[in-house]
Amino acid sequence: MTVVIGFEGSANKIGIGIIRDGEVLSNPRRTYITPPGQGFMPSDTARHHRAVILTVLKEALDQAGLKPADIDCVAYTKGPGMGAPLVTVALVARTVAQLWGKPLLGVNHCVGHIEMGRLITKANNPTVLYVSGGNTQVIAYSERRYRIFGETIDIAVGNCLDRFARVIKISNDPSPGYNIEQMAKKGSQYVELPYTVKGMDVSFSGILSYIEVSSAHKMLSSGQCTAEDLCFSLQETLFSMLVEITERAMAHCGSQEVLIVGGVGCNLRLQEMMDVMCKERGAKLFATDERFCIDNGAMIAQAGWEMFRSGHVTELKDSWITQRSLCLFTTWRTPWVI
Amino acid sequence: MMAVSEFLSRAELLKQGAEARVYRVQLLGRPTIVKERFPKLYRHPELDKKLTHRRTVQEVRSILRCRRAGIPAPSLYFVDYTSHCIFMEDVVNSCTVRDHIALLQRSDSPQQLEHLEHLAEQVGRLLAQMHDEDVIHGDLTTSNILLRAPGSGSGSELVLIDFGLSYISALPEDKGVDLYVLEKAFLSTHPHTEPLFEKLLQSYTCSSPRATAVINKLDEVRLRGRKRSMVG
Ligand SMILES: Nc1ncnc2c1ncn2[C@@H]1O[C@H](COP(=O)(O)OP(=O)(O)O)[C@@H](O)[C@H]1O
Ligand SMILES: [Mg+2]
Repeated sequence: MTVVIGFEGSANKIGIGIIRDGEVLSNPRRTYITPPGQGFMPSDTARHHRAVILTVLKEALDQAGLKPADIDCVAYTKGPGMGAPLVTVALVARTVAQLWGKPLLGVNHCVGHIEMGRLITKANNPTVLYVSGGNTQVIAYSERRYRIFGETIDIAVGNCLDRFARVIKISNDPSPGYNIEQMAKKGSQYVELPYTVKGMDVSFSGILSYIEVSSAHKMLSSGQCTAEDLCFSLQETLFSMLVEITERAMAHCGSQEVLIVGGVGCNLRLQEMMDVMCKERGAKLFATDERFCIDNGAMIAQAGWEMFRSGHVTELKDSWITQRSLCLFTTWRTPWVI
Repeated sequence: MMAVSEFLSRAELLKQGAEARVYRVQLLGRPTIVKERFPKLYRHPELDKKLTHRRTVQEVRSILRCRRAGIPAPSLYFVDYTSHCIFMEDVVNSCTVRDHIALLQRSDSPQQLEHLEHLAEQVGRLLAQMHDEDVIHGDLTTSNILLRAPGSGSGSELVLIDFGLSYISALPEDKGVDLYVLEKAFLSTHPHTEPLFEKLLQSYTCSSPRATAVINKLDEVRLRGRKRSMVG
């Protein structure tokens, strides 16, 4: 049996999870929530993570009923993400690894999402839609690499949702995306917004500037539509673009499975639309709920588990972090069965 | 409209692509491809109607514009805007550039590299011609370029298809993004082909006096991609 503890803190969540051979033993998490109209800044986020990380660590061990001696490997997010929070969490991971005398393992955040999704859903060889605050990518695995087939050419979908929420002052608690989803259910009138798809890529900056450059306020104050209608129309437009590029990548790769991961992936309307598309082409959709879609420690533990089992460790001198990701990232696994 | 859908119900479905069903039929004795943009039920009906109509119109418009300029694209036979069906020439004895590259990569012929490079140069030249007509394809992949009479060496000819996302623009930025989309699709579809794509761009550059501005924009767009922060 192999037990891996995973530390995640690349954005505004701090999570620590423990995995034992595919079983999630614990996965506690805290979120840094900012007031309406405000985003989270790196240094404040790092301060938040620093303040709670030891409590979360204790929770993770207690809920799993394990002692440090039971752990085989300490995995942490090496990036991509925000510098200051990444450094904070990596520092704690490095420290406990040395205290406990366990090997250390740096994990790519995106790979964590994908591996957790595969573990929970049992998807075999899916086309992956990875949608979060900082990422919008359509990824498929071929020739021993995760390859990005489509992505945003400007801002991420989660970033677009967050900034829309700031413009019309929607609460950040528990997250802007969640509140937009709830409001969208009460919207009915469809307002046309810019729709920009370029092959397997999308662009969201047009929508955002359309909304930011007073359109939203004008439409709302003139009574042309309600905030709920705007949430509804925004979701319909953004998610149609995402489903379209996912379908294009599927047609291109001949794939019959879709896996949605990342924070925006727990949006039920997105899942519903993707499911309609999949059914229509005889494909199958795999999705997870907020426990695993949203950044968490178990996903880092799971990817770490796979890497550790195939002989990878990260030496202390190589235990850096990075804010950006390479376009293609090699993996440790043998190719998925195709 | 009834007539078209009845006609298609008996036709051979060639492919369900990303946004359309592609059928192979005979129309007045000619081998014909029918591209049917059927309603996408996942999206809002109003949005669906707009997109489907816009894309059928764009596809027809750009194919005609290319053909008028002598750029190879299928002949158009008939368009039905009610059922959103385009009836066009079936490019017989053809395969996609994608399949052809894969075939060449698998072969162990001593001329493999030479053939691949020749093909990349042909594609570069064709795209330069297309951009000189201010046609932005919008979905450039090696699946959307056909190779007529593959294997016949210099007698083979490229044909551009799938113009649903196309539009007309003279801006180097739009042309640069068009190449960026191709570059990513190319490199993710055909691993280890960076030098080959470089050849394609070289040939593009040599084929159009306006290429330098486009390549500069391509560099800018690439840089933007690399600099994008990826938080969360
Ligand atoms: N005119 C044609 N002649 C021969 N084959 C074609 C023609 N048009 C399309 N095809 C085939 O059908 C596939 C899908 O057509 P395409 O127009 O690219 O639709 P989609 O938007 O669904 O990708 C092409 O990759 C090609 O193999
Ligand atoms: Mg196509």
